[in-house]
Amino acid sequence: MRFIIVSLTTLITVIFINTNQNNQPQTDPLKESIKRGHEIYTDFCVSCHLPSGKGVEKVYPPLANSDYLKKNREASIRGIKYGQKGSIVVNGKTYNGFMAPMGLSDDEVADVMNYITNSWGNKNDKIVTEEEVAKIKK
Amino acid sequence: MRTIFSLLSIIFISCMSCAQQTESEVKAETPTAINYITEVVVPDLNIPWGMGYLPDGSMLITEKTGELIHFKNGVKTNIEGVPDIYVRGQGGLMDLKLHPNYKNNGWIYISYASPEGEGTGGNTAILRAKLDNNTLVEKELLYKAEPNTKGGRHWGSRIEFDNEGYLYFSIGDRANRDVNPQDITRDCGKIYRLSDDGSIPKDNPFINTANAKTAIYSYGHRNPQGMVKNPITGNIWVNEHGPQGGDEINIIQKGKNFGWPVISYGINYDGTTFTDITEKEGMEQPLFYWVPSIAPSGMTFISSNIYPNWKGSILVGSLKFEYIERLVLENNKVVKREKLFEGIGRVRNVLEAPDGYIYAAIEGKGIVKIIPEN
Repeated sequence: MRFIIVSLTTLITVIFINTNQNNQPQTDPLKESIKRGHEIYTDFCVSCHLPSGKGVEKVYPPLANSDYLKKNREASIRGIKYGQKGSIVVNGKTYNGFMAPMGLSDDEVADVMNYITNSWGNKNDKIVTEEEVAKIKK
Repeated sequence: MRTIFSLLSIIFISCMSCAQQTESEVKAETPTAINYITEVVVPDLNIPWGMGYLPDGSMLITEKTGELIHFKNGVKTNIEGVPDIYVRGQGGLMDLKLHPNYKNNGWIYISYASPEGEGTGGNTAILRAKLDNNTLVEKELLYKAEPNTKGGRHWGSRIEFDNEGYLYFSIGDRANRDVNPQDITRDCGKIYRLSDDGSIPKDNPFINTANAKTAIYSYGHRNPQGMVKNPITGNIWVNEHGPQGGDEINIIQKGKNFGWPVISYGINYDGTTFTDITEKEGMEQPLFYWVPSIAPSGMTFISSNIYPNWKGSILVGSLKFEYIERLVLENNKVVKREKLFEGIGRVRNVLEAPDGYIYAAIEGKGIVKIIPEN
C-alpha cells in the first residue's frame, strides 16, 4: 500500500513539474533580465534608492510606486544611461539632485530597468531590451 | 503549544535579523547663527572630486567623469593627456593632490578607476605627472590595485602627504567585504603608504610578511573617502563610509587592523546584520562613529584665523544629508556636532586652501568658498 502511494505521489510530482516546465519555459527573457537587474541594482543603486526602492525624502526620489517611472519610460532609461540632472517631480515632490552616469552598458541598463519597473508593487509587462536602450540618445 | 512555539520562533528570528543600532552619542545640531555664507567660485560642475591650489592661485579640479580642469581667472580649461579612466558606478577620476614641494618639483598626484592590467573591469590606481602648459606629461603609474572587477562600489581614493613626505592613499574594499579587507595578501580595504616616487618605504609594516602587499599601511577598512593630515600632530585622519550606519573617523596607525567587517556599528542595507560585535581585541575602535550614516566624503581641519569660532574643529562633507558637518574635538573626542549650510547639495569634498579659506565641492553645483557674512 505504502509503495503504491509513494509511487503515485512521485508520478504526480513528475507530471506536475513537467507540465509546469512546458507552460513556462525556464528561459523567460523578462524573468531572467529582472534577475540580472537585481544584481545591478544591488551594486549600483541600493546605497541611495535603498532595498525598499523608497529612496530618501527630498534627496533621492523613490522608485517604488513612482509615477515618474511609470509615465516616463524613455526619460527614465535616459537618466540611468547618461545621468540625471535638473529637476523632476516624483509623486508630487520636486527633486533637483544629480545622479551621475553609472557607466552601465546598454544590456545592463535594460536589466536594471526591468528590475525596478517590476519590483515593490511596480508592474511592467513590456520588456525593456538592449536595442531599445541603444536607440535612446542624450 | 505548537502555535506558541512557532510564534516565539518568529519573534526570535525577527529580533535577530533586525538589529537595534546604537545611535551616535553626540547628535548633530542646527546652530542658531553661523556668521558665514557660501559663495560659488567655480560654477557648473557635475561631480567635482579632487581640488588642488597651484602657486599662482589658480586651481586644478577633477570631475568624476574623467575631466581634469584648470580653473584660472574665471576660465575652465580641460587638461589633455589624462590617463584612461574606467567610469563605473562610484569610480572615475577621483582625488588630486599636489606634492608638498610642488613649487620646486611640479608633481601632481591623482587617483582613478583604471582598467590597466589583466581581466575586465577596473580597480583603483595612483599616478603622478607634471603639467606642461595644458597637458599632463612625465606620467608615472605608482600603484594599481588588483584584481580588476566590474563592480561599481568602494574605490576609496583619497590622497594625503604626511610631514615626512610619505604618500598615503585609500582603496575601498570594492564591495568584496568578506574577502578583501582582512587579508593583507590582497589589495582593497586598505590604507597604503609609499614614498613620493612610488617606491615602498623600508619600514612599512608588512615589508617582511610573506605574500603581503607591502604597500599596505593599515587594513580592515571599508571605503575611506576623506583623508587629511592633522596640522598639529602630523597624524593621518580618515573618514570612511559604513554600510547602513557605522561611518567612522579613524586615526591611521602603522600595521593596525581597523576591524571591517569583523567589528562594525553598521548593518546591511536590508536591515539584517553581518556581525554582532562592535569591538574585539587586536582591532582598533574608531575615534567617532556615525549612526545614522551621513555618507562622509572629504575632511579638513580648521587652522585658519578666518574662522576664529571654528578653529581646531574638523569639517566633513555629507553626501546623504547635503550639509557640511562641523565636529568639535576635545582630547581626541567628539564633543559637539553642527550641521552647516543645510541643503547645500551633496558635499563631495571640503578643504582648507593655502589662502586660509575653506572650499567645498558640491555635486551638480561647483566649488563654493566659505566667507564671513559681512
